[in-house]
Amino acid sequence: MLRYIYGQDLCHFPLLRDTMFRDRADQFKRRLGWDVHVNAAGEEHDEYDEINPLYVIWQKPDGTHGGSMRFLPTTGNTMVNDHFLFLTDGVRIESPFIWECTRFCLAPGADRQVTAALTLGAGEIMEEFHLKHFVGVFDPRMERIYSLMGLKPDVLGRSGEGREAVGVGLWEMHEEVFAPTLEKAGIDRETSKRWFRDAFDHPYVEDQRAIA
Amino acid sequence: MATELQDFLEVIQQVDTFERFQEATVGLRDLLNITHVVYHWVNSVGERFGAGTYSSEWVDRYLEKDYLRMDPVLFGCFQRFTPVNWKQLDWSSKAAKAFFRDALDHGVGNQGYTIPLRGPNGQFALLTLSHNATDDQWERFITRYERDLMIVAHEFNKKALSFDAPGDVQSGPTLSPRETAAITLIAKGFSRGQAAAEMRISEHTLRVYIESARHKLGAMNTTHAVARALSLGLIII
Repeated sequence: MLRYIYGQDLCHFPLLRDTMFRDRADQFKRRLGWDVHVNAAGEEHDEYDEINPLYVIWQKPDGTHGGSMRFLPTTGNTMVNDHFLFLTDGVRIESPFIWECTRFCLAPGADRQVTAALTLGAGEIMEEFHLKHFVGVFDPRMERIYSLMGLKPDVLGRSGEGREAVGVGLWEMHEEVFAPTLEKAGIDRETSKRWFRDAFDHPYVEDQRAIA
Repeated sequence: MATELQDFLEVIQQVDTFERFQEATVGLRDLLNITHVVYHWVNSVGERFGAGTYSSEWVDRYLEKDYLRMDPVLFGCFQRFTPVNWKQLDWSSKAAKAFFRDALDHGVGNQGYTIPLRGPNGQFALLTLSHNATDDQWERFITRYERDLMIVAHEFNKKALSFDAPGDVQSGPTLSPRETAAITLIAKGFSRGQAAAEMRISEHTLRVYIESARHKLGAMNTTHAVARALSLGLIII
């Protein structure tokens, strides 16, 4: 099922959390060879995981991570504005209706269905929160994945070659993309909406002493 | 109402003192014809500030009872960035129920909607609206205004950020050269397609530049953004 979880609530899903950060290490460090930090537990975290992002996670029936992506509003700190302004023609992309989507990750062996489910999650977020665009840091593989999903990513700027190649790109979920995405994911819209409501109604409450 | 909210954004943009910030919350309450509006923010060093229309009895009561430690609205919104209808929050505990009754007795209203906002470097704020209404009426109100209120909330937040950094000269919004070019072409009457072709970028990229400029200019929509850019002297046509 699709889960929408804020960083501060991941503690309620320890298995899902740990397998997600391990799968991220496997994908970004081992398979893609990115310059990311992997801790002693074999998990990949960065500074944006520390500022309470919203994760969309595909949870497998055994409770482990099947795939995920991470969202932050561009009015706060984002990877694109903090590190990649040279790829956006110097434009600091900033709006409550444009969110950054990063760390798109698939667990080893995840199929097209998981990719479609994550795309669907991004689409629901876009619709429910009136977003206009997503901005993200892409590698060529991600561009292919988004294109396969019919999302027509638009790359603003690129740098580097081969393994080092990254770009900043835009994408959005149009209404007409929902139907084929639902079909690829094997999920009906009603189920998708129910997952969304389950996540945002009665949100998990952090340890109250921590913030008082 | 679109025009009124657009005018209201300009009221916020002209706020230069804490008292006028307070008056702006009253102005928004009256404009929307609801019971209360409260804006409350935590700056990057963790200090809290608030402005709003709650009675001083309720504010004192809130502090005296230390509701900060259990307010479900605060816990449901803290450090998040997705708005909540209070109905969505967890009011099941005994303490939460008692708090809700106390708030009702102090005229807060039986419905609420809170927009948590995130600024740079850990800055965080909440814009809260409350009212007496049925669930249906309140949901209709939210559906009608949620997008506009997100814009209004960010305009309040820009003021909060400027109060936090009094050393910075408030010279108003600035746009990057690409945003300026995009808004200039739209102001000259180019269609999006023509403007994108002129700038040798895709229409999608152009729309992102325009949206980013709209936010920086504190405008309700593209037309308003063009008008703001012209009146601020940021573009010349």
